[in-house]
Amino acid sequence: MAASSLALKTAVRLPARRFASHFTYQPSVAPASLGAERTKMNLCQAVNNAMDIAMGTDQSALVFGEDVAFGGVFRCTVGLQDKYGKDRVFNTPLCEQGIAGFAIGVATIGSTAIAEIQFGDYIFPAYDQIVNEAAKYRYRSGGLFSCGGLTIRATCGAVGHGALYHSQSPEANFTHTPGLKIVVPRGPIQAKGLLLSCIRDPDPCIFLEPKVLYRQAVEEVPSGDYSIPIGKAEVLKTGKDVSIVAWGTQVHVVSEAAKLAEEKLGVSVEVIDLQSIQPWDEDCVAESVTKTGRLIISHEAPLNSGFGAEIASTIQKRCFLSLESPIERVCGWDTPFPHVYEPFYLPTVWRVFDAIKKTVKY
Amino acid sequence: MRAAIYRALCRMLPRRVLLASMRRGRVAAPAPTAAGGCPRYASSTEVTSDEFRLKEYGQKYLGYRKAAFTESLEIVDPARDPAFPIYRVTDATGKIIDQAQDPKFSEEHALHMYRTMTQLNIMDRILYDSQRQGRISFYMTSFGEEGNHVGSAAALAPNDLVFGQYREVGVLMYRGFPLEQFMHQCYGNHCDIGKGKQMPVHYGSSEHNFVTISSPLTTQLPQAAGAAYAFKMRPGNDRIVCVYFGDGAASEGDAHAAFNFAATLKCPIIFFCRNNGYAISTPTSEQYGGDGIAGKGPGYGLHTIRTSEEVTQWGGIDNPIVRFKRYITERGWWNEEKEKAWQAEVRKKVLTNLTSSEKEKLAHYHEMFEGVYKTVPEHLRRQRAELDEHIKEYGSHYPVDRQLTN
Ligand SMILES: Cc1ncc(C[n+]2csc(CCOP(=O)(O)OP(=O)(O)O)c2C)c(N)n1
Ligand SMILES: [Mg+2]
Repeated sequence: MAASSLALKTAVRLPARRFASHFTYQPSVAPASLGAERTKMNLCQAVNNAMDIAMGTDQSALVFGEDVAFGGVFRCTVGLQDKYGKDRVFNTPLCEQGIAGFAIGVATIGSTAIAEIQFGDYIFPAYDQIVNEAAKYRYRSGGLFSCGGLTIRATCGAVGHGALYHSQSPEANFTHTPGLKIVVPRGPIQAKGLLLSCIRDPDPCIFLEPKVLYRQAVEEVPSGDYSIPIGKAEVLKTGKDVSIVAWGTQVHVVSEAAKLAEEKLGVSVEVIDLQSIQPWDEDCVAESVTKTGRLIISHEAPLNSGFGAEIASTIQKRCFLSLESPIERVCGWDTPFPHVYEPFYLPTVWRVFDAIKKTVKY
Repeated sequence: MRAAIYRALCRMLPRRVLLASMRRGRVAAPAPTAAGGCPRYASSTEVTSDEFRLKEYGQKYLGYRKAAFTESLEIVDPARDPAFPIYRVTDATGKIIDQAQDPKFSEEHALHMYRTMTQLNIMDRILYDSQRQGRISFYMTSFGEEGNHVGSAAALAPNDLVFGQYREVGVLMYRGFPLEQFMHQCYGNHCDIGKGKQMPVHYGSSEHNFVTISSPLTTQLPQAAGAAYAFKMRPGNDRIVCVYFGDGAASEGDAHAAFNFAATLKCPIIFFCRNNGYAISTPTSEQYGGDGIAGKGPGYGLHTIRTSEEVTQWGGIDNPIVRFKRYITERGWWNEEKEKAWQAEVRKKVLTNLTSSEKEKLAHYHEMFEGVYKTVPEHLRRQRAELDEHIKEYGSHYPVDRQLTN
């Protein structure tokens, strides 16, 4: 049997357009400072473009992972092997702990490793390498060795029908480990600039790509080599009554809820894309909450020990005297991610809308 | 002893790799002597001294295998030794090559195997189409692999426990899992045993001794070794475990762990690798450098056999269904008329079940909170109540009409 037809047979065919998605994508406009020339790209192409630029400007950069050679199951590495050769862009055996450990090794000698983990749900076999090795390399060697050139890209988040193991958002599993940086982009412009920052950052980074946005999120992306700083949140919409913090796909859900709340309730909502989860921009959120007096945090991952808990705790301390209502979290329920109940599991536009209503009325 | 199964497997699985550890733990090996506890007398001649050292070395490091000294500095080239032979019974057309190897199936047995293979193939084609039409969210076919499912299932006892990867539907079908349950699972409706929590093709049935499929690859391998070991510990046990995995899955660390645990703890287990040459797009040449998956077996101390590995598309000559059809036709148990009637019957059954499964409602969303723990804990009750309140007010924005009422 021909390779292509077999690949077709076995391919993980996730994006069947069966369900209307649970959000409306809100495109961003890149600031002029990122360059005048623009190219229309979806998030997948923006990630591809960032890796292309990284490989073109850094001869030591390697791109690898499961099925990466033919372009990856989500097509993010398409064309890279043709351009940079089989020695720099290659398939690995099917082994996430191997991918992470190998990538750390590449980075310890000062080369740049861009490793793909096909699904965030499958990053857990690599957990030991990431948490006990990558995160602690510099600390334990007195600075003699480090693996700063390491970036692990993994897909994350709900797609409508991914069920338990093609839907999870594992950011908080990693924020509990000092030594790692964790970034989640909300769209193509952000993805390109943030991924380039991660690749060039002197610390190991985990870059989580919301896979539902790969095709759906389309923007005019600056064509050149630019970066967006890690650790900085972005205020997408200013408001005065309540602040909402989210990242990744959820930014679009809360933006829609904010619009609804303005129309239906006359409430003015400030929307913040945290985008860098570790380190996170405490100052930006604290400043916003000092102004609005109210905070809602929303993420797809389960409520319990989600990153929302960390933000809530920090902000209640920093903004205690400004708070006019309890900090609210609108998150996935504390269950595994269920297949057919996904519409009821997700922190939907209407759950966020209701949280805004209740927070403001408190 | 399951030597019979082992023989049967050899016969019935003409197209796949089989890595088998058939150790039953009956023979208690003498405990190796600790180095320090060895008698330290000097040997009278060089020969006996070498013999003594080799014996000690073998006991201490080689699991009682006997090695020899060599004075030629030679590093083993893995490409030097011939590859594992490929056991087969029939040629590409289905003709038995060595009559002594004829498994001599009974008519009933053979027809059950054939009917299972063809039913699987027909169900696959229909469900695959329904996935392409967006009626189910995901599907995975077993085209060309029907023979290894059914052959292995036929060699096992019905109470042997199976851990699958996801492409072993024929094993479950052979054991009599009802056709409608396959459809219910794919639609995730309220009749599905898993109540729609998992993606399509994640079947499971305790009644059929088939552990529910989990998407993370290879996790089932060490679990299978544990289950096999626990079987062995039960008085009067007659059960073994058979665990299936792909050529790609074999690369995970869990595979190494499982092979090594099974060998050292002498578990009654069969590791059954379905090597179809690819893991999504990755060819086996990028998956392993040695003599396939079978080639690893002896290194772990596992009894190992390789059977022929090609997978061909439905309709091709060298296809397990076509070959087996020839086998039963030659014996006068099957003919074109029966074939036509059977195909029509299965098609109709699958389509009828598909339509009725599609019509069934999903379970109520409360089901989402069930099974996280044995009983629903307080915090989940609170979350469920919060969701109920929310649905009361905002229900029109949710697909509540697709669900049963509570
Ligand atoms: C731990 C883990 N990593 C990655 C995946 C994604 N994935 C699903 S199937 C597959 C290929 C498996 O190939 P193989 O084991 O050869 O089985 P086949 O599909 O060929 O039967 C991959 C990479 C997964 N399910 N689990
Ligand atoms: Mg395979």
